[in-house]
Amino acid sequence: MNAPVMAARDLAQHYQVGGNIFTKSRTLKAVAGLDFELYAGKTLAVVGESGCGKSTLARMITMIEEPTRGALLLDGKEVTRDDWADLRTSVQIVFQDPYGSLNPRQRIGQILEEPLKINRPTMIATEREVKAREMLRLVGLRPEHYDRYPHMFSGGQRQRIAVARALMLEPKVLVLDEPVSALDLSIQSAILNLMVDLQERLNLAYLFISHDLSVVRHVADDVIVMYLGRAVEKGSKEDVFANPRHPYTKALLSATPRADPKAKAERIKLTGELPSPLNIPDGCPFAPRCWKVQDKCRAVAPELMGDAHQAACYFPIGDDGV
Amino acid sequence: MSLLSIRNLSVDFTTSSGSFRAVDAVDLDIDKGELVAIVGESGSGKSVTMLALMGLLPWTATVTADEMLFDGHDLRGISGRARRRIVGHDLAMIFQEPMSSLNPCFQVGWQIKEALRFHLGMDRAQRHKRAIELFEQVGIPDPEKRLSAFPHQMSGGMNQRVMIAMAISCGPKLLIADEPTTALDVTIQAQILDLLTGLRNDTGMGLVLITHDMGVVAETAERVCVQYSGQKVEEQPVVPLFDAPHHPYTAALLDALPERAKEKHLPTIPGVVPGQFDRPAGCLFSPRCKFADDKCRNVPPAPQSEALGKARCHYPLNVDQRIAS
Repeated sequence: MNAPVMAARDLAQHYQVGGNIFTKSRTLKAVAGLDFELYAGKTLAVVGESGCGKSTLARMITMIEEPTRGALLLDGKEVTRDDWADLRTSVQIVFQDPYGSLNPRQRIGQILEEPLKINRPTMIATEREVKAREMLRLVGLRPEHYDRYPHMFSGGQRQRIAVARALMLEPKVLVLDEPVSALDLSIQSAILNLMVDLQERLNLAYLFISHDLSVVRHVADDVIVMYLGRAVEKGSKEDVFANPRHPYTKALLSATPRADPKAKAERIKLTGELPSPLNIPDGCPFAPRCWKVQDKCRAVAPELMGDAHQAACYFPIGDDGV
Repeated sequence: MSLLSIRNLSVDFTTSSGSFRAVDAVDLDIDKGELVAIVGESGSGKSVTMLALMGLLPWTATVTADEMLFDGHDLRGISGRARRRIVGHDLAMIFQEPMSSLNPCFQVGWQIKEALRFHLGMDRAQRHKRAIELFEQVGIPDPEKRLSAFPHQMSGGMNQRVMIAMAISCGPKLLIADEPTTALDVTIQAQILDLLTGLRNDTGMGLVLITHDMGVVAETAERVCVQYSGQKVEEQPVVPLFDAPHHPYTAALLDALPERAKEKHLPTIPGVVPGQFDRPAGCLFSPRCKFADDKCRNVPPAPQSEALGKARCHYPLNVDQRIAS
């Protein structure tokens, strides 16, 4: 396999929260040590429920925040804070809410040209405009949309504009933070198709963050399942969806409603809720909700085990499904 | 006689740029103990239909209906006083955002006891006992302690349970759940849906589930109404709806589901939902429909027969299959 475009080694982000002159601040481990690789033309999906650290991960990869621990490698070179300004051009992001991520006072042309103005200061204005109009066509909008304002577009069209803006600097990696969850079903499919087309055409590496497993099953090549800041399962899409090995993955899959009224789902009932990320239990973070839990799980947190299809569990689910 | 029967319900909003029809000639019948899902995209008028029933629309809305009967009460032009006796007692509703529909200034126990006091006239000790029972029924651990918690001290799933407890506190005959799980995670969503269907089975209340998630519909509903742009375009029991949709919109919507995809490219529905100023003359779906012809573009279709899912379409799909089977 070719070399990864981007790789993360033991990436972690801890926040200090609370704390004043009387009380000590506490450490919130939003992401606790994550390894992964992104390859050109491939999609890595990160799934998990709210509070599992998906968005924190996106912020570290796009160099919005510095990781507290671990390293990020871009094309094999380690990313340091001094290179951020240069390297950000090759990692771009599309946010969830297309209504909040576009400046209502800027015309579409301005929105698209802004990254060029900042990062390619030598480029002349006419050249920028040509590039912006070209990009509009690439994402399925018309060149005459160049002079319009965001409020004149529907949610799906706005998301296309957000994608276009992210692509203006010809990035190698595109981080998609829940790109379709704010969209209606009939629009969602068109945006997903656009993503597929662009990836083929521009050989982009996608980091696709989502909580919707049916979307992930459609777009992903590889999947990481996160729970409370840790990767609990990692593998190819086929492996993870067909034979989930971590109990949490299995529960998540069984809880996802399937659009088939005749499929009688055997739903695994998870008791309890996500613990607060401020006091993650010792040992396996999933232990309090797990039906296979034993003393060992509560004592020491399991590491990811296995070769291609990894799971962080002492008692992973075997091929027989138990 | 059905529990709820609505005939020809329309809701118009007065806006600064003229009148806008949010709900257009909707009929709906719900029997005791029935679980009906109303599904549609944003702007299809599914919430407004139910808000009109509850009398929760702002003054800019004009509600007209030929019939709006709930359990023998005519809800058209009912006085506020009489409505408040029904709403919250026999007819209850839970909303999408549990965090914003609870009052942040009061303890959840106080909020749930308010309904018990107003509708059932219980005294303090009875109210407290009943509130604890309700919290146990909806699966809130440690109910006695949770009664004195404020909404911000609990998670979204717990707050939704409080909302459900509040809605079922007076033993409603009909519970309307407006996107009850959209703001929640999937594992919590599964718990809440199980809770709602379980309560329906135990108490025999009718349950209306408003949602945009086809997965939720497939797993929970018995009968499904599909709304598009304010109109009910199709109504069928859940299994035939997924097998043989009659309206092209329903068919297109089901095809667009990623989990039904057979290849990397998903089928799409071109265009967008019509807005206030580009409402087509004929069928509302005609600009986006791949089967549309001149008749569709000019003549608004009337609902077909019950066997054809009351589809609002001149050329309903999957007709032969129905006759053959």
